[in-house]
Amino acid sequence: MDFLRPAGWEEALAAKAEHPTAVPIAGGTDVMVEINFDHRRPEYLLDLTRVAELAEWEATDRTVRLGAGVPYTRIIEELRTELPGLALAAHTVGSPQIRNRGTVGGNLGAASPAGDAHPALLAAGAEVEAASVRGTRRIPVEEFFTGVKRHALEPDELIRAVHIRKAEGPQQFSKVGTRNAMVIAVCAFAVALHPRTRTVRTGIGSAAPTPVRALEAEEFLGGALEEGGFWDSGAPLEPSAVRRFAELCAGACHPIDDVRGTAAYRRQAVGVMARRTLGWTWEAYRGGEGRTAQCA
Amino acid sequence: MRVNMTVNGRPYEADDVWEGESLLYVLRERLGLPGSKNACEQGECGSCTVRLDGVPVCACLVAAGQAEGREVVTVEGLADHARQRSVTRAAEAAGAVRPAEPEADQPGEPEADPSTGPGPSRPGQVVGAPLAPVQQAFIDAGAVQCGFCTPGLLVAADELLERNPEPSDADIREALSGNLCRCTGYEKILDAVRLAAARTGEGA
Repeated sequence: MDFLRPAGWEEALAAKAEHPTAVPIAGGTDVMVEINFDHRRPEYLLDLTRVAELAEWEATDRTVRLGAGVPYTRIIEELRTELPGLALAAHTVGSPQIRNRGTVGGNLGAASPAGDAHPALLAAGAEVEAASVRGTRRIPVEEFFTGVKRHALEPDELIRAVHIRKAEGPQQFSKVGTRNAMVIAVCAFAVALHPRTRTVRTGIGSAAPTPVRALEAEEFLGGALEEGGFWDSGAPLEPSAVRRFAELCAGACHPIDDVRGTAAYRRQAVGVMARRTLGWTWEAYRGGEGRTAQCA
Repeated sequence: MRVNMTVNGRPYEADDVWEGESLLYVLRERLGLPGSKNACEQGECGSCTVRLDGVPVCACLVAAGQAEGREVVTVEGLADHARQRSVTRAAEAAGAVRPAEPEADQPGEPEADPSTGPGPSRPGQVVGAPLAPVQQAFIDAGAVQCGFCTPGLLVAADELLERNPEPSDADIREALSGNLCRCTGYEKILDAVRLAAARTGEGA
């Protein structure tokens, strides 16, 4: 095994181009587990912790460009306002020790269907900035996950950053596990209200081969809110609409039975989380969050 | 490969390190610092918790090469780390910031009982040196049973008190949520952290 230690981003891209099999390592919270347990013996480890710009984020008008190496702890501390859904999801990752090291870039690179960041990214709306010596491209996060632990990166590409839409309305994240810390999601759900475009977006984790959006549910609710004038009136949602939204979210799952839970339980739990998180976000919207500052 | 790092304030050099090796392995097997414990090797248990450039991390999940040039504090250096911190803070409070003097007297720091002290001399350990407040509090509160999880809990608890000298119970629970203990049921551990916070507050 070789340990590659690029000091800058250009150097990292050159190393990845020269050694496409190199496994990138940032926080090590996934990669080191695989090495410790002898599940993986990469020829090259590509350490990205010395590439300073990966650990930075910057905000523009409508988006946050989150460096791939910003640890969860800093997302919780620094980006709660801009990215509330992701900050909530980040808070459910592992433990303080894990959140101090783990990164969204690493979560995407591992592409686990249970990755905690993924539902929040799907709900907020995000693009993965992939780079190689050949250039840079942006991949919508919906298209990034191609299968269980598989993603759309080419062998010579690295994740530079994630461009995430800034919240313009309430967002929520919910996760089912056996306790509050150190759990891999049995299933997870994220919802984001987008008052400016009058849309609702969702993300489902650990209930299909990849993280997915519940597109039918989004479309149904968007239509119901529009027709009923709910965005303007801020009236309470009709229970039948909430129920239908939850059913459609459960229906978007393609779960399996495994050690963490059964397929039937996951479908049921996603429906429950969809109903609850929609309730919380809509109450926050009615309370003024995202309504008073619509012209921004 | 060769890895250089500062551990507990001293420069260390490890040779013939395998590239896939963890920082935990380097500390325990190459540098003779077995205080950080090796249990789950997957970041679940926290018994290998150390400070890496000040940040609490699971040493089992840090690749050895990632620690190159970094500063590591392990449980072996915790008492010294706490002492330096309190000297620096006392100096800052006095309005005269000057370099920490490790030998300075520690007003307010609990006295170590020799019978519960660090025990036989080991490399890198100062015999008879007072314990960190959090270490003494763990002893006094009965927060140690088999002791395997203790080093990780001490490092995590000390960092919490450094960051937040008056933590709520929820703060303590969250800060220690990455450290598993199979013996105590955690209540005595929570008592110990509260005790350490109270004592440190008195001394300040």
